[in-house]
Amino acid sequence: MKETAAFQASDMISVQNVVKEYGKKRAVNDISFSVKAGEVFAFLGPNGAGKTTTIKMLTTLLPPDKGVIKIDGMDVARQAYEVRRRFGVVFQDCTLDQTATVYENLWMHCSFYQIPRSERKRRIAEVLELFNITSHQRVIVEKLSGGLKRRVELARALLHQPVLIFLDEPTLGLDPQSRRLLWDHLHFLKKTQNLTVFLTTHYLDEVERFADTVAVINQGKIIAAGSVSDVISHAKGQTLEDAFLSLTGQLSERESVFFAGKTEIEDALPEADN
Amino acid sequence: MDLIYCLWRRQVMAYLRAPGRVFSALAQPFLFLVALGLGFSPIYQQAGRGDYFAFLVPGVLGSCILFNTVFAGNDLLWDRQFGFIKETMVAPASRTCILFGRALGVTTVALIQAVLVGVVCSVAGLHKVPAGGVLIAFGFAVLIAIFFSFIGSILGSILKDTQSFGQIVNFVATPLFYLSGAVFPLEGQKLLVVTLTSLNPLSYGIDGMRGALGGQYYYDPLMSVFILIVVNIVAAFAATFAFSRVRPD
Repeated sequence: MKETAAFQASDMISVQNVVKEYGKKRAVNDISFSVKAGEVFAFLGPNGAGKTTTIKMLTTLLPPDKGVIKIDGMDVARQAYEVRRRFGVVFQDCTLDQTATVYENLWMHCSFYQIPRSERKRRIAEVLELFNITSHQRVIVEKLSGGLKRRVELARALLHQPVLIFLDEPTLGLDPQSRRLLWDHLHFLKKTQNLTVFLTTHYLDEVERFADTVAVINQGKIIAAGSVSDVISHAKGQTLEDAFLSLTGQLSERESVFFAGKTEIEDALPEADN
Repeated sequence: MDLIYCLWRRQVMAYLRAPGRVFSALAQPFLFLVALGLGFSPIYQQAGRGDYFAFLVPGVLGSCILFNTVFAGNDLLWDRQFGFIKETMVAPASRTCILFGRALGVTTVALIQAVLVGVVCSVAGLHKVPAGGVLIAFGFAVLIAIFFSFIGSILGSILKDTQSFGQIVNFVATPLFYLSGAVFPLEGQKLLVVTLTSLNPLSYGIDGMRGALGGQYYYDPLMSVFILIVVNIVAAFAATFAFSRVRPD
């Protein structure tokens, strides 16, 4: 990953001078970066930094106000349909149809991506096998655990054989076993299919272990980018967490005010009636 | 077509998998039948108008379709708030097909409910159904079901809050029901009531069903069909436009 001004043939994602505003608030402020094919790229930042807005723009859910986004060489704004065939997404919140079975969810996805009927059964069987969820295929999604739902979402995102996958906090709320299993799957996919992975997460230990490159966004601007070791040394930290905290501030302004003023807040509270 | 079928099936399967929903959706039509039917039947007979239940059943079928379809807009709002809509929006799929699949699913569910109510009314002897009229009545039912499915989709696309959805939809649907000729005949009504009823597409559907099921048509049935086709086309365009502007929350 590198900050870039021009698209290169080896770039899977190219973001150039992108701006997104909500009313007067600039959520994403003139960001530029690129991700090479086959990389695991971690997009980090504190809550409200602009990560989700960026992902929404990359996945065609929101148009950028300014700038150009290209995925696999195609302009996201102008070739949205073609771009959508290239990527899979696992959103932060579960987007499975809770009232349908695992198999029906996968079948619907095939329908959305116009996968020929003759191929569907085979592809569904493959991803079910890959994520070890074949025995759950007839279960209504609502009845699955959080970890299983995540695996189904990952399986679904790969059904149309994308070259890029977006993972928005994929391990949020999962127990350590499920997290490990998920990363093992992703690692396997990266190795076997040269899949490009764009992920956001707050688990920085996972990023250190699995990501090739990192970008840190804060208040809509990218404040550091490069390999994991580059970002750590740039921020003069021991770990990525040190670097992240040093780059984005130990605590958000609001939290700092709260902790700094805790005594005063307690002092200011009305005394209880005796 | 495959996508439309898939989303149609999703709506129907969700309905069939929730028996509670089937029974609760049947409760309101039977409440109308019992409360209004028993309450107004003697007055209706005294006025020399005949069997009030026979008059009321098409109105109750119309109410069943109206409330089932319009309230199904809440499913869309729910999908927007709880994720599934994102899956459809990042897919290289036509928004129009997604909308039509949903709307046809909602239409089918409402028609199943209406048929169940109709069968129960028929078995209970509340309404003698002429065999030839059933298909015509069903045709009118289909037209109003599609129309109000689109209206539900519009509401589900533009409203933002599931909490207030019910209140707002009640505010829209309840006057539509009472000003549709569902519960009282239009003959002898004041001009204001007749005018408002004539502006309501549900009136033409209920009147068409009533005429086909052995009652009297108030409006020319061909004109009713024409009006319902026109409002369906307008509603389809409006729903397509509203749904094209949906963004995930």
